[in-house]
Amino acid sequence: MLITSRKSWELSDADATPEAVYRDRRRFLKLGVGLAAGMAAGPLFAPRSGLAAPSENKIKDILQSKYRILEKATERDKFLNYTNFYEFATSRDQIVERAEAFATRPWTVEVAGEVKHAGTYDVDDLLRPNRREERIYRHRCVETWSMIVPWVGVPLADVVKRLEPTSKARYVAFETLHDPERMPGQKRPVLEWPYVEGLRLDEALNPLTVLAVGAYGETLAPQNGAPIRLVVPWKYGFKGIKSIVRITFTETEPPTSWNRSSPDEYGFYANVNPDVSHPRWSQAKERLIGDFFKRRTLKFNGYGEEVAHLYQNMDLSKFF
Amino acid sequence: MHRQRIVWWAVFAALSAPLAWLGVLAATDGLGANPIEFVTRYLGDWALRALLAALAPTALNILFGWTGAVRLRRMVGLYAFAYAVLHVSSYVVLDQFFDWAAIWADVIKRKYITAGMATVAILSLLAATSWAGAVRRLGAKTWKRLHRGVYAAALLACLHYAWMVKADLTGPALHAAVLAVLLGVRMAAFTKKRLTPLRPR
Ligand code: HEM
Repeated sequence: MLITSRKSWELSDADATPEAVYRDRRRFLKLGVGLAAGMAAGPLFAPRSGLAAPSENKIKDILQSKYRILEKATERDKFLNYTNFYEFATSRDQIVERAEAFATRPWTVEVAGEVKHAGTYDVDDLLRPNRREERIYRHRCVETWSMIVPWVGVPLADVVKRLEPTSKARYVAFETLHDPERMPGQKRPVLEWPYVEGLRLDEALNPLTVLAVGAYGETLAPQNGAPIRLVVPWKYGFKGIKSIVRITFTETEPPTSWNRSSPDEYGFYANVNPDVSHPRWSQAKERLIGDFFKRRTLKFNGYGEEVAHLYQNMDLSKFF
Repeated sequence: MHRQRIVWWAVFAALSAPLAWLGVLAATDGLGANPIEFVTRYLGDWALRALLAALAPTALNILFGWTGAVRLRRMVGLYAFAYAVLHVSSYVVLDQFFDWAAIWADVIKRKYITAGMATVAILSLLAATSWAGAVRRLGAKTWKRLHRGVYAAALLACLHYAWMVKADLTGPALHAAVLAVLLGVRMAAFTKKRLTPLRPR
C-alpha cells in the first residue's frame, strides 16, 4: 500500500481493494468457508457481526464509503448497551429495557420551513434514492468517553438537496418524537421535550454529516435512535439527535436542547475541542470504550481537514 | 448485650456486602461497557449512603431513645470513610491514572470535585480522631464540636453529587432529603435541649 500522508479519517486497506473484489471477498465469507475464515479475517470484518449470523435486521447492499477509521470498531454489544437517551430513561440499564418494544415503523418525517418540497414523508421514501453507506467514525461523547462506530446511513447533504431549501434557509432544525406513552422518560421534565437540535446549513451539507439508519450492518436498535438519527462526527454526541420526526429549514439559529438546559455548559456548535473545557469535564482527554488508558482528544474529533474551514474567523471558545 | 453484638455484626455485614458484590461483578465481567465509570460511581454511591447511615444512630437515639445505636456510629462512619477513600482511589488510579496535573486542574476548576475533596478532608480528620484515646486527648467538648463536622461533610457530599449530575437531579434530591430529615431531628433536639430542661427518659 502506498504510504502517503493520511487523511484524518484514515484510508484503510479496504479502500485500496476494488469494490468488486471486496464484495466478492464478503460473499466468499458469507458462503461460509467457515467461521474460521471469518475470524482469520480479523478486525476488518469484525464490525459487521451480521456476516456471521444473518439476521432479519441486516441491511443489504451497503456501499463501503471512503470514510473509515482504521482502528477496530467498538464491540457491538457495548454500542448497544452503553448509550444516553433520556427520552427513555436517565440510567443506561433502563434505557435498553424500556426501548426494547419501541416500534419504529410506520414512521414519518415532516419537512417544513424554508424548503420547496415541504410535506410529510415516510422515512423510507425520504432516503430511497440513496444507497446505504457504511461510515466508520469516531464518536465522542461530551462525558469524555468515545467509541468507533460503523454507522450505516446516507449523506444528509443528498437529502437536503433533494428537498431544495429556499434561498432564505440558513439552518436545519431537527426534532425527536414526543410521545411520553412510547418514550416514558418524557413523563419527567429532565429536559424540555421534545428534544431539538440544529446545524448550520453548511454543516448539514458537509459530506461527513450523515442520517444514519443502521450500525454494524444492521438497522439501528431503538436505544441508538431508530429509525433515523443524525451523525455529525466532529461534534459531541448529543448533537446526534435520535428518532427524528421533523426537519425544519430556518432563517435563524434554532434552539438546541442541552443549550436551553444549561447555556453556559453547552453551546450551539458543540464541536469536539480539547482546548475548550466544559465546566464539568476537562475535554483534553477521552477514554475509548474498551481501553484502560485515556487518550488525547483531537480537535474536531480528528476531522479538522474536512470541517475546520467552516469555522474560520470564529472564536471557538466563544462559539463552543 | 448479646443482642447489641448481633446488631453490630449485622450492620458490619450489610456495609461489607456492597464491596463484596463489586468484587463479584468485577470477577464475572459484570461492570458494563465502561467499568471505570461504573466502579467510581458505585463506590461514590456507597460512600454517601454509608455517610448518611452514620448519622442515623444519633437520630434513632433522639427519636426512640435507642441509646445502643450510638455504639454503631464509629464503625459506620469509618465505613463511609473507607468507601470515600476507595472512591477517590478509583478516580485517581483507574480514571486519571496518576495524571496529577489533570487531577489538580479538576480540583480547582470543577466545583463538584472541589466539594468532593473538601468532604474527604473532613472525613479524614474525623477518621483520624475516631479512636477512644482521641476523645481524651482533645477533651470531650472539642471532640464533639469537631465531629459535628460530619454534617458539613454530608452536606458537601450531597452538593458534590448534585453538581456532578447533568440533568436528572432525582438521585441527589433523594439523598439530600434523607440528610434534611436526619439534620432536622438533630437540630430539633438541639434547640429543645436549650429551651427546656431534659426530661428523664
Ligand atoms: C477528592 C474527592 C473526590 C473526588 C475526586 C470524587 C470524584 C468523583 C467522580 C469523578 C465522580 C463520577 C463522575 C462521573 O462519573 O462522571 C464522582 C461521583 C460521585 N461521588 Fe465523588 N469524589 C470525591 C469525593 C466523594 C465523597 C467524599 C463522596 C461521599 C461521601 C462522594 C460521593 C459521590 C457520589 C454519590 C457520586 C455519584 C455517583 C453516581 O452517579 O451514582 N464523592 N465523584
